[in-house]
Amino acid sequence: MGAVMGTFSSLQTKQRRPSKDIAWWYYQYQRDKIEDELEMTMVCHRPEGLEQLEAQTNFTKRELQVLYRGFKNECPSGVVNEETFKQIYAQFFPHGDASMYAHYLFHAFDTTQTGSVKFEDFVTALSILLRGTVHEKLRWTFNLYDINKDGYINKEEMMDIVKAIYDMMGKYTYPVLREDTPRQHVDVFFQKMDKNKDGIVTLDEFLESCQEDDNIMRSLQLFQNVM
Amino acid sequence: MAAGVAAWLPFARAAAIGWMPVANCPMPLAPADKNKRQDELIVLNVSGRRFQTWRTTLERYPDTLLGSTEKEFFFNEDTKEYFFDRDPEVFRCVLNFYRTGKLHYPRYECISAYDDELAFYGILPEIIGDCCYEEYKDRKRENAERLMDDNDSENNQESMPSLSFRQTMWRAFENPHTSTLALVFYYVTGFFIAVSVITNVVETVPCGTVPGSKELPCGERYSVAFFCLDTACVMIFTVEYLLRLFAAPSRYRFIRSVMSIIDVVAIMPYYIGLVMTNNEDVSGAFVTLRVFRVFRIFKFSRHSQGLRILGYTLKSCASELGFLLFSLTMAIIIFATVMFYAEKGSSASKFTSIPASFWYTIVTMTTLGYGDMVPKTIAGKIFGSICSLSGVLVIALPVPVIVSNFSRIYHQNQRADKRRAQKKARLARIRVAKTGSSNAYLHSKRNGLLNEALELMGTPEEEHMGKTTSLIESQHHHLLHCLEKTTNHEFIDEQMFEQNCMESSMQNYPSTRSPSLSSHPGLTTTCCSRRSKKTTHLPNSNLPATRLRSMQELSTIHIQGSEQPSLTTSRSSLNLKADDGLRPNCKTSQITTAIISIPTPPALTPEGESRPPPASPGPNTNIPSIASNVVKVSAL
Repeated sequence: MGAVMGTFSSLQTKQRRPSKDIAWWYYQYQRDKIEDELEMTMVCHRPEGLEQLEAQTNFTKRELQVLYRGFKNECPSGVVNEETFKQIYAQFFPHGDASMYAHYLFHAFDTTQTGSVKFEDFVTALSILLRGTVHEKLRWTFNLYDINKDGYINKEEMMDIVKAIYDMMGKYTYPVLREDTPRQHVDVFFQKMDKNKDGIVTLDEFLESCQEDDNIMRSLQLFQNVM
Repeated sequence: MAAGVAAWLPFARAAAIGWMPVANCPMPLAPADKNKRQDELIVLNVSGRRFQTWRTTLERYPDTLLGSTEKEFFFNEDTKEYFFDRDPEVFRCVLNFYRTGKLHYPRYECISAYDDELAFYGILPEIIGDCCYEEYKDRKRENAERLMDDNDSENNQESMPSLSFRQTMWRAFENPHTSTLALVFYYVTGFFIAVSVITNVVETVPCGTVPGSKELPCGERYSVAFFCLDTACVMIFTVEYLLRLFAAPSRYRFIRSVMSIIDVVAIMPYYIGLVMTNNEDVSGAFVTLRVFRVFRIFKFSRHSQGLRILGYTLKSCASELGFLLFSLTMAIIIFATVMFYAEKGSSASKFTSIPASFWYTIVTMTTLGYGDMVPKTIAGKIFGSICSLSGVLVIALPVPVIVSNFSRIYHQNQRADKRRAQKKARLARIRVAKTGSSNAYLHSKRNGLLNEALELMGTPEEEHMGKTTSLIESQHHHLLHCLEKTTNHEFIDEQMFEQNCMESSMQNYPSTRSPSLSSHPGLTTTCCSRRSKKTTHLPNSNLPATRLRSMQELSTIHIQGSEQPSLTTSRSSLNLKADDGLRPNCKTSQITTAIISIPTPPALTPEGESRPPPASPGPNTNIPSIASNVVKVSAL
C-alpha cells in the first residue's frame, strides 16, 4: 500500500500543476515585462550611408569603415548607452574610477540628449576632435565642461570635471592626492581663463585664453595622427 | 585591456583633448606610428578551408602565433596565403577569439585535441570565456582522472620492486586483483564471513527435540560444534585485522576508519565472552553482546561496491532523512496526544499513556495497522482515521521527494562548489588582468625611465627594451602619461604609495629639525622638473627600509597583493644610481629623522603622531636604541 501511494505521489510530483497562485501570476507578469524591455533595447540602429557621413565629417571612406567596424564590434545594436560607454572607457584607465568623466564625455557626445550615442554622433564628435579646426576643438571642449549646457562654465561645473579627471588617477599616485588638489587646480584654471573675474567663463573668454596659451595650442595638435 | 576595445583607443585618445585646457604643463609627444599600413585582408588556409580576416584583427594578440611574426613561417609564397595543416573546426574557435575577444570551447570537441590546438596557436586555455569555462574544466578533470586511472592500472600490472613488504601487503588488501594470493585471501575471508553469519542465524533455529526436554535451538544442542566454528571465524577475522593494522600506511587513520571499527565490533564479543566466565550477573549482558556478532555482515561491504555506495548515499542524504524523521516525530507526538485524550474516557482502553499511544500512531501512520490497539470511542475513531490519512501524506510524499532531491541536491552541491571555486579563480583572473594592465604601464614607465637614464649615460644597447611593446600598448601608455601630466601626479603601485605615505608623515614632522628635507610633496610640485623631484625623494628612500617592515605588518593586504616587489627596489636603486653622491651627506639627517619618529608606540598609525620631537638627542648615543626600537616595531 505504501509503495503504491509512493509511486502515485511521485507521478503527481512529476506533472506540472498549473496553480492559479497569485505569486505565480505576478512572477509571469514581471518576466513578460522584463522581456519587453529587453526587446526594446535590442532595437537596431543603422547609420546613414557612407557617402553622407563622408560628406559630413572630415574622414575618408576607409577611415569610416575602420571606425564603424570597431564601433559595431563593441555595440552590435548600433547605439551606445551610457553603461557600455562607461565600461569601455573604464578599460583604458584601470588604476582609478573613470565613470564620472565618462559620464560627462557621454553627455558631450550625445548632442541630442537622447541617452544613447549613435554612430553618426560618435563619428561627428571624433571628426571635430581629430580633424577639426582649433576653434571647433575648443568649442567642443567648452561644451564638455559646460555640464548643464547653459553657455557658461561656473566653478562648480569645473570642480566636477576636474574631480572626475583626478578620480581617473586612482588612489596610488605620487605625490599623494590631497583633498584640496582639485580645488587648487580649478582656482589656477579660473585665474587663467576668467578675464573679467566674474566667476564664470564664457565661450569667448575661453577661446581667447586658450589661444593665448602656447601649451594648450600645442597639445591640441597632439592627436592629429590618431586615425 | 581587452582586445575588443583596442578599436576604441582612437576615441579615448581623442577624448583626451578634453583634458588639455585644464592641464598646466606641456604634454608628452605621441608615439609615432612608424609602420602604418593600410589594413589588408589576409588569407589563412587551414587544411583547405580558407579563412579571411583583417591583419589588425590578428595583431590584437601579439603574443600568439597568429598575432606575431611566427606566422610568417607558414606563409606560402606561391599562393600568397598562410597555410596551416591543422583542424579547421577548432581553428574556427581560435579565429573567433581574435574577432570577439572571447574564446569558446565547443562541446562536441575532444578535450585533448582542443588543448593541442590551443597549444599550437600559442593561446592559454585560461582565457576561455565564462560561458564555456565550466564545461572545459569538467571535461579536463574527467580526462585527467581517466589518465590517472590508466596510469594506476598500468602501475598495478608492473612489478615495482621498490615497494616494501608492508606496502605490497596493503596493496594486496586494498586491491585483491593484484595477485593470486590476495585473491585467495579475499575469497577466504568472504567465505568465513558468510559462514559466521549463517552460523549466527542457524544457531537460533529449533533443531529437533531431545527426548525428555522441550525443543532446543541448534546452538544449544550442538554447542561444541558451533563454538568451534565461531572460534575459527573469529581467529580468521583477528588475523586479518592484525595484518591490516600492520600493513596500513597510517595506523592511526586505519584505526579510526569505519571498516576497522566494524571489524573490532565483530570480534570483540567473542573475546569478551571468553574472558567472562559463567557469571550469572553479566550473562545477560553477554547475551546482548552476541547481537553485535551480526555486524559481521557489514564486513561484506569490503567485498561489495554496491553496499559502499549505499552507505555513502545514506550519509550524504542524512539531512533529508533527518527532516523526514523530525516531521514524523512531530506528527506522532501530535496524534498520540490527541488519541490519548480522546480515548481517555473509554473503559479498558489500551491507550494508557501518551507514550503507549506512540505505538498506535506509528503503526497507523505507516499504514501497518496491526490491530493490537484500536480506538473505541467515536472521537477516537475520527481522529484515528485522520491519523491514518495524514500518515499517508506525511510518509509517502517525502520519500520520492527525498529520492529525487538527493540526486538533484547532490549534483547541485557539486556544481555549486565547482562554481564557487571557479568564481574565486574567475575573480582572481579579472584582478590579475586589471593589475596586469596597470602594472604594464608602470613597467613600461620604468623601462622608459631606464631608457632616459641610460641615454644620459650613453649606453644605447638598452634602448631596444622599450620597443617590445606593441603600438596599441604604447599609445595606451601615452594616454595615461597625458593624464599624469594633466593632473601633475604620477601613477605608482601600492608599495610605493605606502612608502610615500610614511615619508610624507615623517616629513611633516621634523620640518624644524632637518632643513635639508624641506620639500613638501604635493603642495608645490613643479610638474616638469621631474629630476628635482627624484633627488628630494632620495634621502627618504633608504629610510623606509626599516619602516617598510612595519608597514607590511600593518597592511597585510598589500603583502599578498604585491606582485612586483622588484619594482620597488629597482626604483629606489634607480634613484641611487642617478644620484650616488648625495647619499653620504644625508646619512646623519636620516638618523635624526629616525630618532624622532620611532619612539611612538607601534599601535598608533604613523600619521597620527602628535608628540613633540624629543629635545636634542645625540645621534651617536641613540644608535643602539634605534636598533632595539626597530626590532620592537617589526615585532608587531
